[in-house]
Amino acid sequence: MSLPLRVLYCHCAYANVVPKAVKEDVLRQLTESGVAFDAVPDLCELSAKKDPCLAELAGGGPVKIVACYPRAVKWLFSAAGTPLPTDGIEVLNMRTETADAIAQNLLGRAAPEVTS
Amino acid sequence: MIPLPNATRPTTGSGAFRVVVFEGTGSRPLEPTTRRELVTALLQKGHAVTVVRSGSAASAITGGTLVVLGRFTDAQPERAEGNGGAVAIHFRDIESAPAARAAEMVDEIRNELQLPKPGGWKPWFPVIDYDRCTNCMQCLSFCLFDVYGVSADKKIQVQNQNKCKTDCPACSRVCPEVAILFPKYRHGPINGDVVSSDDVRREVMKVDISALLGGDIYQALRDRSAKSKSRFAKERDEDRALEERQKCLVKLGEKLDIPAEVFASLPSIDEIRAKADAAAARAAAALSGN
Repeated sequence: MSLPLRVLYCHCAYANVVPKAVKEDVLRQLTESGVAFDAVPDLCELSAKKDPCLAELAGGGPVKIVACYPRAVKWLFSAAGTPLPTDGIEVLNMRTETADAIAQNLLGRAAPEVTS
Repeated sequence: MIPLPNATRPTTGSGAFRVVVFEGTGSRPLEPTTRRELVTALLQKGHAVTVVRSGSAASAITGGTLVVLGRFTDAQPERAEGNGGAVAIHFRDIESAPAARAAEMVDEIRNELQLPKPGGWKPWFPVIDYDRCTNCMQCLSFCLFDVYGVSADKKIQVQNQNKCKTDCPACSRVCPEVAILFPKYRHGPINGDVVSSDDVRREVMKVDISALLGGDIYQALRDRSAKSKSRFAKERDEDRALEERQKCLVKLGEKLDIPAEVFASLPSIDEIRAKADAAAARAAAALSGN
């Protein structure tokens, strides 16, 4: 039996390299959708601290990771001693993609209207 | 006690601390705006969050401490254990708690357990792309802050992330293979962007310059320093020497995007020499086994 697809969102704290508007809009669309997901305050911090959460997030089957550059995400997990599997991983880059494009990929539908 | 769905069923123990916003069976769903505010508040306080909804998957919770927040339809115990005691589960009903209060509840549990507070340090440190790294040890020889080390199997590795100087990407610029990333850096390819052929060409040019210096940058710098000392001793103009050094540092800082604070925290020249010698010895020992 194949494992269900998961979503992991990185809030990229401590730096302004991910546009604030993009990460907030992605988070809004995720929270307002009906999907379950995992969210972490900062993948870099978890990697530096070798947080056991990373092993849980890396394992468990296919996952779409909403963060930054795929090369950075891959080696952040590796640096923590929890390398990502080679299959079933897709990284969506909030530094280069729009929030709507990411939401479309994750949720498979057009972005909903802002509710507040 | 409410059953956690299979996707979040605890299995083996670990030291993780996670918050679950539970909206599965036994809990009433949150309004979308409330959910967004709650998740945002938790993330801003540095907590990893899993939103559990019926019918879709989140990652497994394999152990440690779990704080489950929800609008529970049945009374939940304040504390429970899972997986033979491997997971400590703390339930909190957030029926009448606004997002900020719910996030405080999580902090209170963390404080009670005397767990370290998240955050407090901008996670700035090098990450090695081992698909590109050739284990040349240039980064080990270059870094003056003991960030790099050599593993038992003689591979370069980042050993002391917290010794790295915030916002300084200098070591990534000496890497001939563009293999050192700083994910929070502004520009590519240091930020993890795809490495282009132009990037590689630039690095090769740097290596050529290094070779022109005799392949030993530290020796070249020592020679230059000795020559300068001799010249300035003759000129007896220490102010001019200092001015020239400062100009050089400013230029270097601008060229390599190194913050001024890094220069201010450089070790003394004797310490630099000692570190250079120690790094060279470690690098040589590692390379001899390649």
